Amino acid sequence: MKQIKEKGMRLLFLLTACVSIAAVILICVFLFANGLPAIREIGIFKFLFGMKWKPANDLYGIFPMIVGSLYVTAGALLIGVPVGILTAVFLARFCPRPLYRPLKSAVNLMAGIPSVVYGFFGLVVLVPFVRETFGGRGMSVLTASVLLGLMILPTIISVSEAALRAVPQSYYEGGLALGASHEGSVFRTILPAAKSGIFAGVVLGIGRAVGETMAVMMVAGNQAVIPDGLLSGVRTLTTNIVLEMGYSTDLHREALIGTAVVLFVFILIINLSLSLLKRREK
Amino acid sequence: MTRSLRKKWRAYRRDPKSLLLFLSVCIAVLLTMLSLLFLVVYILVKGVPHLMPGLFAVRYTSENVSLLPALINTLFMMLLSLLFAVPVGIGAAVYLTEYARRGNKLVNLVGITAETLSGIPSIVYGLFGSLFFVKYLGLGLSLLSGALTLSIMILPLIMRTTEEALRGVPDSYREGSFGLGAGKLRTVFSVVLPSAVPGILSGVILGIGRIVGESAALIFTAGTVAEIATSLFSSARTLSVHMYSISGEGLYINQTYATAVVLLAVVVLINALSGFAAKKIGGKNADG
Repeated sequence: MKQIKEKGMRLLFLLTACVSIAAVILICVFLFANGLPAIREIGIFKFLFGMKWKPANDLYGIFPMIVGSLYVTAGALLIGVPVGILTAVFLARFCPRPLYRPLKSAVNLMAGIPSVVYGFFGLVVLVPFVRETFGGRGMSVLTASVLLGLMILPTIISVSEAALRAVPQSYYEGGLALGASHEGSVFRTILPAAKSGIFAGVVLGIGRAVGETMAVMMVAGNQAVIPDGLLSGVRTLTTNIVLEMGYSTDLHREALIGTAVVLFVFILIINLSLSLLKRREK
Repeated sequence: MTRSLRKKWRAYRRDPKSLLLFLSVCIAVLLTMLSLLFLVVYILVKGVPHLMPGLFAVRYTSENVSLLPALINTLFMMLLSLLFAVPVGIGAAVYLTEYARRGNKLVNLVGITAETLSGIPSIVYGLFGSLFFVKYLGLGLSLLSGALTLSIMILPLIMRTTEEALRGVPDSYREGSFGLGAGKLRTVFSVVLPSAVPGILSGVILGIGRIVGESAALIFTAGTVAEIATSLFSSARTLSVHMYSISGEGLYINQTYATAVVLLAVVVLINALSGFAAKKIGGKNADG
């Protein structure tokens, strides 16, 4: 009896461990089965590199959205990476003790704020600000990049801080012993030693920026054309899905699922490079 | 104190490069903190004056734009998602740490898939949920579809934190339990799991945070009906989705601010709870 119970529970635990495998398989199967036929029907080249997204005329080219996603992600990194890494350096190596706890909980709070709240903040603060300072309609590549840069900060900060803290103290002391200042030692020995961990944080940030949906949708303007400047509107892969999924039918609907397939492949590539990075670290 | 400051200043005068680095680090922290402060204060200042009693009415109407139904739905959604994700996540973590041999192929595969799951954007989850739970399984736009989708989303989080907590339990506990004649199962349930509770709890709290903040994955799985859900199969909007819906209509700017205040308050509460759980873990390690 006891034997059966032990064996049964072992099997149950094994099954629960397999749930995540099953989930990934299910997600792949359902996305690909529903998205690939449309991509084939439209033509993979026309779908990926088509310049026009006009569902009413049966034109399904997602190239503007791919470019849009790349633009806002690059913009977010331009803002988020330097600020994030320097903040992490402060937290790990410059922070006075009594300040550490409040700052750390502030970063955690930043990570916990829902994307709708970020999006709404962008809508009521950043959009008017950009409109009045730089002109244009305010909903633009610039606005979306700034907002996304803010949103990926906590990810980059937490991962980079952990990486900086993992560097042995002797590196820093060695720097000091060679006559470097505190700053010199931190930036010349600790920062390079934590490079791969920091890079992993940046890659995670890229994943978050590419995948963010609601906040971007509220501030980006969502025109399905390649933006011709920092101040023109932009539509990303994620927002393309949310904007039209509600009312789409037939091929239009499948083309949206196809968009998700492309997004999914993007994310898989990012994940793969992340795990390669981690393996190299070991 | 002033003397050491003066000494430091003199060192910086001689070494402007270090001063520059120091300043850039300080500016970065200020930028991060000020933008967070600005966001929070702005929302509070604009939102708190509009926290009317009507916002907490039991029934939603287009006049009071009540958030209470959405708040209650969020609670339902949270409980239901945890009900699916926590047992599975804990079970998987138990298998990975207590049963599987290290370097096992399955363990690697589970690790890779969990990592993949945690990287998938929420809109892709939403789309998958609408294809699988809503259409294929025929659950419709419902609390249940939403919760199932979310439970897959938070599964890797709960698995990962539980696994870490279990690995933190010293082997001597297990050996002690075996020595007293307990079987594997008994050891897991009455020795290993109880001592890993704070770690598991912090994972659960993180999961709650994601559930509360989620919107993109829920719009196409749980729908946007602004009433308190009456059954597992009724469509229901959570607080985040509620805030998104009313912000899009443009008529309810003030109520949106007020809703944002409530949402922020919930997030702060969750963060405080997780800080508390983390402290408990820290305290325990200090004792042992």
